[in-house]
Amino acid sequence: MKLKKIILSMFASIFLFSSTLSADTIRIATEGAYPPWNSKAEDGKLIGFEVELANWLCIYMERNCQIVEQDWDGMIPALRMRKYDAIMAGMSITDERKKVITFSQGYADEVASLAVMKGSDLEGMDTPEGINLSLGGKDVKAALKTITGALAGKTVCTQTGTIHQNFLESGDVGSVDVRTYKTQDEVNLDLAAGRCDAALAAAVAFTDYAEKSGKNVVLVGPTFSGGHFGNGVGVGLRQDAQFGSDSALGKRDAQLLKDFNAAIDKAREAGKISELATKWFGFDASM
Amino acid sequence: MDLELIITSFPKLLSATVVTLKLLSASLFFGLILGLLFAILRLNNNKLVSGFAYVYSYIFRGTPLLVQIFIIYFGLGQIEYLRTTFLWVVLKEPYWCAIIAFSLNTGAYTSEILRSAFQTIKPGLIEAGKSLGLNKIYIFTKVQVPIAIKQSLPAYGNEIILMLKGTSLASTVTLLDITGVAKFIISTTFRPIEVFIVAGSIYLFITFLVHNLIKYLEKKYRYQ
Repeated sequence: MKLKKIILSMFASIFLFSSTLSADTIRIATEGAYPPWNSKAEDGKLIGFEVELANWLCIYMERNCQIVEQDWDGMIPALRMRKYDAIMAGMSITDERKKVITFSQGYADEVASLAVMKGSDLEGMDTPEGINLSLGGKDVKAALKTITGALAGKTVCTQTGTIHQNFLESGDVGSVDVRTYKTQDEVNLDLAAGRCDAALAAAVAFTDYAEKSGKNVVLVGPTFSGGHFGNGVGVGLRQDAQFGSDSALGKRDAQLLKDFNAAIDKAREAGKISELATKWFGFDASM
Repeated sequence: MDLELIITSFPKLLSATVVTLKLLSASLFFGLILGLLFAILRLNNNKLVSGFAYVYSYIFRGTPLLVQIFIIYFGLGQIEYLRTTFLWVVLKEPYWCAIIAFSLNTGAYTSEILRSAFQTIKPGLIEAGKSLGLNKIYIFTKVQVPIAIKQSLPAYGNEIILMLKGTSLASTVTLLDITGVAKFIISTTFRPIEVFIVAGSIYLFITFLVHNLIKYLEKKYRYQ
């Protein structure tokens, strides 16, 4: 009898403890492997633009927050399963993702780019400096055609489940041999090893890697924005409809969206987003 | 539960089964050769030779398969000198890196299975062969090896099933095997449960086939 009581009270305390933790704490997930957006320091602590911004947003919301780490490929499913409440992981706002989750307003935007190792025959591609796929037009079409020709028969590496993968598989640049990796670190490693002819990711992901590793990674072709590349990076949240808009959980999720949007407004007005972006990216990527 | 996703992902995962089976059969083929070789080395009376076989088996059984595949794929790729040699032709391809890692791994386990099988053969049988005037090679190939294979069938069947599941790690080095394609579908649908249920069922079905094949072979080669 006594043993039973002890076991029961142990279970009760576990449940009590976990429920008090989740009641008023907002759990925000990040990947910790996409510098400078988010990454890990040598001692394992999460650092980066989004980690600092998340803490500031929580200050503006006057809420307790806990930042948790989550692999990129399970990021959206785990949000839907309520393992945490929000995603801040360099996740671009795209129509495809909007089918399953919702986004706050964007807080930062940054262009994508192809990268190769110095000495590659892909260097010196004759394209404009940057193209916006949403605008379209003659220049964009000509640039895509140039890239299609250059990438024919080449292996292009990218992180799985990203806007970059979507773009490469969209057919906009023909049918390239796409290889996908779990993390951007692995993409960088295989680019440097020569297994990839080119790689596609956020331009800063490559410049950051080149700087830290000393490898001769260079950006080629235009920078990409719009279209498959989405409309900036926002906080990923559950759709309140997932649990019914009238349910307690649905109401909480709808409130979170309002709170995050208000906090981003405040952070923007205070110049906090620009300040953090300049600190981590080297230029003002805020929006 | 999204029934439609289960139905649409099934043919995609089924075509990825070919990659899984290719990886499995190639690894088992090379692994069996390695296993037999190292089992023989292990039983050698020379301490240096048997010690070498022991160290091989100790390293590959003592480290996770994931670590082994990462060392061979990402680790060896870091050595710049290697990239200038002919070895890079093989190591450049994720497919071959996976097969090398899997073969070395299953080779280590197979060598242990075969070694213990050889050791269960009673010395009397070998002595009987000798007294009949048969030479050492003949006794080995016609007496020891057939008995050892029969002895090791149940354990080896287990190893095949373990290796089948091990091939799912090929997805970590960009290969599109069953698990790789499952992850790929999830990256666009964000629904892991449905897709992994289909993938899991395919693995279960292959296991079912392997299990029954081994059972059949065990029956066929039972001592009369």
